[in-house]
Amino acid sequence: MALLEVIGLNKYFDGFHVLKDISFSVEKGEVVVILGPSGSGKSTLLRCINGLEEIQSGQIKLNGEVINEDSTKWHLIRQKIGMVFQSYDLFPHMTVFENILLGPLKAQKRDKKEVARQAEELLNRVGLLDRKNFYPRQLSGGQRQRVAIVRALCMNPELMLFDEVTASLDPEMVREVLDVMLELAKEGMTMIIVTHEMEFAKAVADRIIFLDGGEITEVAGAQEFFTDPKTERAKNFLNIFNFKEYKKGVDNNEKI
Amino acid sequence: MQDLGIRVLIEGNNLYRLMGGLLITIRIAIISAIISILFGIPFGIVMTSKNKLVRFVCRTYLEAVRIIPVMVWLFIFYFGVPKLTGIHIAGDVVSVIVFSIWGTAEMGDLVRGAVTSLPKHQKESGKAIGLTNLQIYSYIIIPQSIRRLLPGTINLVTRMIKTTSLVVLIGVVEVLKVGQQVIESFVLQSPSASFWVYGFIFFLYFIICYPISLFARKLELRWKE
Ligand SMILES: Nc1ncnc2c1ncn2[C@@H]1O[C@H](COP(=O)(O)OP(=O)(O)O)[C@@H](O)[C@H]1O
Ligand SMILES: [Mg+2]
Repeated sequence: MALLEVIGLNKYFDGFHVLKDISFSVEKGEVVVILGPSGSGKSTLLRCINGLEEIQSGQIKLNGEVINEDSTKWHLIRQKIGMVFQSYDLFPHMTVFENILLGPLKAQKRDKKEVARQAEELLNRVGLLDRKNFYPRQLSGGQRQRVAIVRALCMNPELMLFDEVTASLDPEMVREVLDVMLELAKEGMTMIIVTHEMEFAKAVADRIIFLDGGEITEVAGAQEFFTDPKTERAKNFLNIFNFKEYKKGVDNNEKI
Repeated sequence: MQDLGIRVLIEGNNLYRLMGGLLITIRIAIISAIISILFGIPFGIVMTSKNKLVRFVCRTYLEAVRIIPVMVWLFIFYFGVPKLTGIHIAGDVVSVIVFSIWGTAEMGDLVRGAVTSLPKHQKESGKAIGLTNLQIYSYIIIPQSIRRLLPGTINLVTRMIKTTSLVVLIGVVEVLKVGQQVIESFVLQSPSASFWVYGFIFFLYFIICYPISLFARKLELRWKE
């Protein structure tokens, strides 16, 4: 049984059809990367999965259980689905440690000692243990995103959603965040990742879902998608990231 | 007759009376401010509701409070309500009621402003770690809003202290009224009594309101770090 199953999901914003009949599933331990042009509905799809957006039709199942019913207690579901956003979304009035402990203590009502130990362990793994009493404004963007990841992980989620978590970072900080995610993938964390880092996508993904105009137009293994995309749209999309043909000296019209 | 000048302030029990008046002023202002803050916070949160009807009702209340002068509110409760219901309410109680109605509306609007000015992601991040709405407000929205609220709240409280001078109109003998009484009984002996008495009252208002503003500025600076 798949960990997450999305069946025939449709989402409208005031009559505008943003997500069209989306179906896919994610196995436990699988890393799925969602690619697609800006505005194709990637963020909206992630937000639907943890109930930040209502859907108009379709089903979302977590461990075989339908989670998008009127009676759904989303705050309980969200304890199992971690999400990290593009914007630095730490709580500015709390230290790093307080940020991380808030969910486990207040939402999950876990034991403080146990949570503190886990938080320290996780912070240590992302190399930020010495920053645990810092406030978010005292951290760089890359450090903040690593804390945001730890904050989500400390809830022991079954599934992690990442929405362009490196998109607002300065280039030199992108790597430190991506490394954390690669590490998670290696450990078998189930993840759905939206990113524009193509090399990273290639390295981390088990499967690529290509979203265009609110539709899934291609699903493929990572290797296959990048070397041999089936659809014209995917080809065009990948070309945007390809600078090879513009290199000096390869210009076809150049006269020798 | 010789001009008493500044001595009018210490003549007889004048100083004692003036301070007594000041106490009444402060008591009305402080009690009203506390009530306003306590009710204003939930009212402000309700004002951010997605429900159009709820927002309309809140808006109407706020606008009514803003359009109708405080003086008129005082008259309504002091003279109007007894006529209608036969229940007479004491002047200082009416004052507290009216100032609380006013303060709750204004405080609510400040809270609404502070809450809606928080980035949407703050609320969503709270949701994403499985917090309930109540928890999100208690741990994330309200603590952050309080910092943004501080300048406006202090402003409101000092405005309240100053506006309490209106309560003389419904017979509450606060500091300004005491001042008038003192001047009236001494004006023959001391033509400059009004200068000294009003000057002293100005000074009293200043030493109450200034430390409040000062304290607020200190707090703001500390939170900014
Ligand atoms: N809250 C909203 N209200 C109305 N339209 C929205 C809202 N959020 C997103 N959209 C629209 O939905 C489409 C998909 O947006 P989004 O999911 O953010 O795309 P992506 O993340 O792939 O760039 C866009 O056309 C966007 O303008
Ligand atoms: Mg997006």
